[in-house]
Amino acid sequence: MIDIEDVAKRFVLHTQGGAVIEVMQGASLSVGRGECVALAGASGVGKSTLMRMIYGNYTAQGGRIMVGDVDVASTGPRDILELRRHTLGYVSQFLRVVPRVSTLEVVAEPLRAVGVARNAARARAREMLRRLNIPEPLRVLSPTTFSGGERQRVNIARGFVLDYPALLLDEPTASLDATNRAVVLDLIGAAKARGAAILGIFHDEAVRDQVCDRVVDVSDFVPETSA
Amino acid sequence: MTRDSLLLRVTGLSKHYGSRIGCADVSFDLYPGEVMGIVGESGSGKTTLLNCLAGVLPPDSGTVMFDTRTDGLRDTLCMSEPERRMLGRTDWAFVHQHARDGLRMNVSAGGNVGERLMAVGARNYGHIRRAAIDWLDRVEIAEDRIDDRPDRFSGGMQQRLAIARSLVNGPRLVFMDEPTGGLDVSVQARLLDLLRRLVREMGLSAIVVTHDLAVVRLLAHRLMVMKGGHVVEAGLTDQVLDDPQHAYTQLLVSSVLQV
Repeated sequence: MIDIEDVAKRFVLHTQGGAVIEVMQGASLSVGRGECVALAGASGVGKSTLMRMIYGNYTAQGGRIMVGDVDVASTGPRDILELRRHTLGYVSQFLRVVPRVSTLEVVAEPLRAVGVARNAARARAREMLRRLNIPEPLRVLSPTTFSGGERQRVNIARGFVLDYPALLLDEPTASLDATNRAVVLDLIGAAKARGAAILGIFHDEAVRDQVCDRVVDVSDFVPETSA
Repeated sequence: MTRDSLLLRVTGLSKHYGSRIGCADVSFDLYPGEVMGIVGESGSGKTTLLNCLAGVLPPDSGTVMFDTRTDGLRDTLCMSEPERRMLGRTDWAFVHQHARDGLRMNVSAGGNVGERLMAVGARNYGHIRRAAIDWLDRVEIAEDRIDDRPDRFSGGMQQRLAIARSLVNGPRLVFMDEPTGGLDVSVQARLLDLLRRLVREMGLSAIVVTHDLAVVRLLAHRLMVMKGGHVVEAGLTDQVLDDPQHAYTQLLVSSVLQV
């Protein structure tokens, strides 16, 4: 479902004298349906960069990034948006929302974007927030005022409210307590069971051992020159 | 809404003011439901471009093909004046930076909205008033303000009224020039929420000029960055903002103050 072949990434910092930083070379990996693969490697090795390239958030300087039958590395904005709407979910560390929109609407949004009716979308969002222990009184508020752990759970709810065939998870359990971590593990397990391809960064080794089928070491993709 | 029905195709649009460049050789496609952001600092040509696109300013060269309801793709720059005016009343709308520029200040709020309906032939007073009330409600203006004149509204309310006036005829393409400029941050958020909702509910396409990168991130699917009249970078909004390729975009993004 996710097939990456010989991907390279370079940052050119024009504002800092045109410094060229080669961060990745020859990155290849694949994640099949129903499989969960972990990206490993020390901090700064490029795990998040690789995830962002797969999501089309960062450009790639070569290679192919296939998600389903779309090559994210070479396709245009419209196809990437379409891919994100229907196929590829992403639980990131950031939550960027319009400050006034309620948590319930934020979570329902991915469903609304694929044409699910308002009430049905809200009902599913409500159920997802209940599972992630975001209490009723908070759901009418904007998540911009939430704590780190609460925001993360809102992000997770958004990523799992729709059954995406492929999912990217950037440290989904980083600031969660044991109860909520267990909920996320259940969600990941259920997503695998329905055939989703999952690629994630999991610093928590217990979590990694429990849900991941394989580990890919991203330090293998660090260019020789900068290693 | 089929996936490949092009709404707008702009090719080689240029405008000079004497020897100075307003905008140069701008080309892009826009599809139904898409919001395109245009960013750049003052003097980068973004407002010139918007005005050329919207038929407010005549460009020196280029074409602006729009998918008209009756005849399919047509170059709006070659349309007769009545045809273009009709387009401006029906399929196109313009939201100005200063709401006052888009409103009739000596006409009631309801009249500002209703007048647009009358311009396309509505005559039944009851229908017009009901539509006006419905639109005021959609932009969150209380029904009991319908007979007030816009000069008694706050800046944020005026902008929302201007949006109601622009959208009442169900346009397919909206041009917006700094729609949240000059508004308080809390009012901006409300307006952004409203615009996003209307874009989704009505399947609107929009071209939004702004210098506010936070606004485009939340509103626009795609982004064009302008400098000195040229488009220096274009792409998916979050990609352009998070992994800018051009020196100028990098400078623009890195200059934003963090809150």
